Amino acid sequence: MKNKLIVAAMLFSTAMPVLASEAQPAAADVALEKRVTALSEELRCLVCQNQTIADSPAPLAIDLKNQVREKLGAGMSEREIIDYMVARYGDFVLYRPPVKATTVLLWFGPPLLLLLGLGLFVRTVLQRRQTAAPLNAAEQARVQALLEVGDKERP
Amino acid sequence: MPADETPRTASPWSGMRYVLPLGAFLVLAVLLGIGLGLNPREVPSPLIGKTAPHFELPQLLRADEKFSEKDMRGKVWMLNVWASWCVACREEHPVLVALSKSGVIPIVGLNYKDKREDGTAWLARFGDPYLLSAYDEQGKVGIDYGVYGVPETYVIDKQGVIRYKRIGIVTPDIVKSKILPLVDELNREK
Repeated sequence: MKNKLIVAAMLFSTAMPVLASEAQPAAADVALEKRVTALSEELRCLVCQNQTIADSPAPLAIDLKNQVREKLGAGMSEREIIDYMVARYGDFVLYRPPVKATTVLLWFGPPLLLLLGLGLFVRTVLQRRQTAAPLNAAEQARVQALLEVGDKERP
Repeated sequence: MPADETPRTASPWSGMRYVLPLGAFLVLAVLLGIGLGLNPREVPSPLIGKTAPHFELPQLLRADEKFSEKDMRGKVWMLNVWASWCVACREEHPVLVALSKSGVIPIVGLNYKDKREDGTAWLARFGDPYLLSAYDEQGKVGIDYGVYGVPETYVIDKQGVIRYKRIGIVTPDIVKSKILPLVDELNREK
C-alpha cells in the first residue's frame, strides 16, 4: 500500500511540470487566453504595484497569470478565481476594490473633493458678481472724473 | 491699487479667503506627510487569524523527506520565506540565527523559487537557523501564503493559525517588540 502511494506521488509529481508546461503556449486556446487576459487586467501585480499582472513582467505576475490560466482551464469561474486571489493577497490585489468601510474614502473622496471645489468656485463667482455690481456715490464720482481726464488726454 | 480707494464693505468671507486656503494646505500637507510615512509594500495580509494554508513539500536538505505545516501542530513556530537570490534575506539572516540560537521559537524555512544547490550552498555559507527548510521550487506554496516580497515571516500558533506576518526583513527591533511578546503570549495559550 505504502509503495503504491509513493509510486502514485512520484507519478503525480512528474506529471505536474508537464501540466504546467502544457498550459504555457499563448495561442493554444484563443478563447481561454482571452479570459486569462481579461481577468489578469483586473488583478494588481504586488511587486510592481501600479501594473496589472497582465502588464507586469515580474516573475510573481507571471506565476499568478499561470495560476489564473490553470484555474480557468480547470473550470473555475472568474468570480472564484478573484476570491482565491483576495483570500491570499487581500483587496489590494483588485484593481477595482469593493466598496466597504475601509474603502469609502478611496471611492468617494475624490468626487467629494470635486464637489467641494465646484461649490467653492460657484460661491466665489457669485460673490464677485455681487460685490462688483453696485458702486457707491464716491466711487461713481471717481469713475466720472477718470473718464473726463481720459477724454481730455485723448488727442 | 490707489490707496485712497473707499474700502469695500467687509464680507464675512474676506478673512476666510486667506484662512481657507491655508487650512486646506495644512490638511493636504498632513495627509501627504502621513502618506510618505506609509510603506505601500506592506499590504495587510488577509491571512492573519486564518489557519495556515496546507502544504506538503520536500525538504531542501533532505529531498526524500517531506514537510507539512501539520507537522508543527501544537507548537508555536515561525515560517520564514527565503531564497539564495534574495539580497535582503542576507541582511536578515544574522537576526534569524540569533533568534534560533536563543531557542525561543523553532524557525522553519520556506526556500522560495530557488535552485536546490544554491539554497543548500547558501545555508552552508551563512549558517542554518532553520529546523528545516521546505523546498518550494515553483513558488506555489508561496502563492497560497500570499508571498510577494521575500523575505516574509509568519508566526503560527499551536492551532495552526497565522497570528503575525512580517513582509520584509525581521529586524532585532521587531524581534524584541513584536515577536518575543507574541511568542510568550501564544505559548501560554492552549
